[in-house]
Amino acid sequence: MDNSAAYAPRSGSGRTLHRFANPGRFLRLSGKVLPWLSALGLSLTLIGLGWGLFWAPADWQQGDAVRIMYIHVPSAMLASAGYVGLAICSVFSLVWRHPLADLAAAEIGPVGAAVTFICLTTGSLWGKPMWGAWWVWDARLTSVLVLFFLYLGHIALVRAFDSPERGARAGAILALVGAVDLPIIKFSVNWWNTLHQPATITLTGAPTMYVGMLWPLLFSSLGMMFGFVAIVVARTRAGVMERRIRGLLLARAQQEAGTMVDMVA
Amino acid sequence: MTHLPYILAAYGIAAIVSVWFSVDAWLRMGRARRRLAAIDPRGQR
Repeated sequence: MDNSAAYAPRSGSGRTLHRFANPGRFLRLSGKVLPWLSALGLSLTLIGLGWGLFWAPADWQQGDAVRIMYIHVPSAMLASAGYVGLAICSVFSLVWRHPLADLAAAEIGPVGAAVTFICLTTGSLWGKPMWGAWWVWDARLTSVLVLFFLYLGHIALVRAFDSPERGARAGAILALVGAVDLPIIKFSVNWWNTLHQPATITLTGAPTMYVGMLWPLLFSSLGMMFGFVAIVVARTRAGVMERRIRGLLLARAQQEAGTMVDMVA
Repeated sequence: MTHLPYILAAYGIAAIVSVWFSVDAWLRMGRARRRLAAIDPRGQR
């Protein structure tokens, strides 16, 4: 049987994807990009949050509580965007067996869960003075809580297997199934009567927000996005190096075991 | 009604979680780099 096709170089997008799957190339590239991502993330976040906290005007109705928005809205956007990243990595992992996609997905999980936690707690802290309740079983809040559990489930499932590959496959399937929650989060405020307000910023219309509040929100959103990517890249770099360490230690142990067997024989 | 405690709590929680994850990623990367350099000096990047 001719197996040459199986070993032939992949063409088109497959070859491009596998070019970036090389861990050595990823370490070199990410090493150059990471300081810039971190610096951008830190500086834009500090500018956005400082501006929002000290110089942006208070809301005529909500008063100073509106300043929680500069954390809550970026973390809500990142919670969903992080899950989109997780789902994309899962596709790469299941379809192309991209080795870096498994590692990236495993590292996106905890960071995504953390931003979803920030989104839920800051939302609760904003809800108490505005709605008079820490929590309501509203469609938007509940669907974001489901997203948080999906992240936790992904973290647990990836670590539940002795074989990292099997854990990654199971996690990828869960991530793809869970992606159905993303449109529910997005459109929950339109589909149902919710206590949570509808979107203020949309892709199709002009924002219904005072420009003096929009700019700090833009800065903090961009800063937190760069910070999120920087943390995921740093964790993935660590994951790549840890996998290499495990491989080297395993090869060394096998070599030593082989030498012992030879000596006994 | 003052909103200051809610605002401080929101910014405080966000700061603690962000700093925790940043420092953890930084330390983990440094630890992995040192271990890799000790095991395989050619693998140092």
